[in-house]
Amino acid sequence: MTVDLETVKRVAKLSRIALDDARAEKMQGDLNGILGFVEQLNEVDVEGVEPMTSVVQMEMRKRADKVTDGDKADDVTANAPASEDHFFMVPKVIE
Amino acid sequence: MSELTNLTIAEAREKLLAKEITAVELTDSYLKAIDAANETFNAYVEVTPDNARKWAAISDEKIAKGEAGDLEGVPVGIKDLFGTEGVHTQACSHILDGFKPRYESTVTQNMWDDGAVMLGKLNMDEFAMGSSNETSYYGAVKNPWKAEGDDTALVPGGSSGGSAAAVAAHLCAGATATDTGGSIRQPAAFTGTVGIKPTYGRCSRWGIVAFASSLDQAGPIARDVRDAAILLKSMASVDPKDTTSVDLPVPDYETAIGKSVKGMKIGIPKEYRVDGMPAEIEALWQQGIEWYKSAGAEIVDISLPHTKYALPAYYIVAPAEASSNLARYDGVKYGLRMTGDDITDMYEKTRSEGFGDEVQRRIMIGTYVLSSGYYDAYYLRAQKVRTLIKRDFEDVFNAGVDAILTPSTPSSAFAIGDTEMASDPIKMYLQDIFTVAVNMAGLPGISVPAGLDGKGLPLGLQLIGKPFEEETLFQASQVIEDAAGRFTPSKWW
Repeated sequence: MTVDLETVKRVAKLSRIALDDARAEKMQGDLNGILGFVEQLNEVDVEGVEPMTSVVQMEMRKRADKVTDGDKADDVTANAPASEDHFFMVPKVIE
Repeated sequence: MSELTNLTIAEAREKLLAKEITAVELTDSYLKAIDAANETFNAYVEVTPDNARKWAAISDEKIAKGEAGDLEGVPVGIKDLFGTEGVHTQACSHILDGFKPRYESTVTQNMWDDGAVMLGKLNMDEFAMGSSNETSYYGAVKNPWKAEGDDTALVPGGSSGGSAAAVAAHLCAGATATDTGGSIRQPAAFTGTVGIKPTYGRCSRWGIVAFASSLDQAGPIARDVRDAAILLKSMASVDPKDTTSVDLPVPDYETAIGKSVKGMKIGIPKEYRVDGMPAEIEALWQQGIEWYKSAGAEIVDISLPHTKYALPAYYIVAPAEASSNLARYDGVKYGLRMTGDDITDMYEKTRSEGFGDEVQRRIMIGTYVLSSGYYDAYYLRAQKVRTLIKRDFEDVFNAGVDAILTPSTPSSAFAIGDTEMASDPIKMYLQDIFTVAVNMAGLPGISVPAGLDGKGLPLGLQLIGKPFEEETLFQASQVIEDAAGRFTPSKWW
């Protein structure tokens, strides 16, 4: 399978990566190279094989359903490029 | 005082406890070495001298009081992927500009609890995506090794290139690293150092910047097998904060070193004899086989039929997980923000500016293979192939094989800016051809320096073990170290 330029731009949009035409073209070549490389997986007979979900067979560890952490609004927003009163500031979303 | 930096961790530990040297002296020697050489190597992206001296002084107090931990006063370097409280943690990416976490990763906390001293943060490929350390926002790292009679600067491998270079150039006593497809073992092989990727679930992933969560594992890079065992014992733990951390006690790996390998079954997989493999790597592998025979181990030919599919399956699974893990970098919560016309424009410009080319490629591949209509053809199929890869190993281990011996890499270190590698991403991906199946199956793997190639550059052999049998790997790899000796670059810097 190969991707056309339009698909590359759609995937860039889904990835939230701005891509101008020149870079989109370069990316198309790179992606097709990688997709060509992984194509060999089609040779493998996977009939009846379960997809792997975890390399180590173990039961998901559970913990008691209680609060173990909190009151860290300062810490959480400390690294934000823009914050005010423990809120992350972003460009206007709704007019 | 510079000779203090020549001590292994085991040797330094002995001298510290005997009070022949102090932790402050040892730390100062390393800081001096970093001062003198870091500009040459670009191994550290941030050095923390004040903290290091303060911690070393505390270590000296603890040693005086007889309260020394297992790594008391040992100066270490930390890969930039590990969250270190209040200290540069950017996965060597532009997008994490200025990020200083308010938390400490479990692995590094374990080391500080044992008395280790942090010298600084080490360079790496951006978000651990790369095999040459050239994708780092902070630039390439130079390998302390050079080919004989050739001044060309070589890569230290990647993604843990800063860790490997710093250990090889004696800019730290040992270093933390991480391995998603070979990022500990390949740089270890390129720099004549020992690197072990433990079993998935052995080291907590909590507080480590995530790349591909089902494959990422932390481990040490060290100067010899014993030092790697000492470091791994401290780094590994059972951690309630990581649900994939496995509830098994951490053994004292050092006790495995020196045990005989008589009667041990070492498997030699025929699928690792790949086309175009340099004759000297083939010869080194054969040499390894001979060493094990002489040590009384039994050599058995084995088959791991799905080996060739490990790398293509990896290039679906790892980017898919990465595209999801890296969605969080959007200019809102931390790091870089570019201005945009609206919020979507802000996201897109931030991510375009903040991520390097390789990271963008992998995010796009991951997004594509997970997108509607392609999930089954790519991701689901790759996960099924992964089951088959793991089954190959299980069959071999069930048949009585204790460990598997392979080369670590298909080549020795290559030049920084190698044009062939730069023009074709797949060429670079092939660096992981011998290491990646181990991650896909969650197994432990160690790379041990085993010889020099015709150009005088180090080559490594890899041992692959059963889940949670890292002890077997330390026991068996000592045979290679004893036979091959240790490899130190001649100092040109």
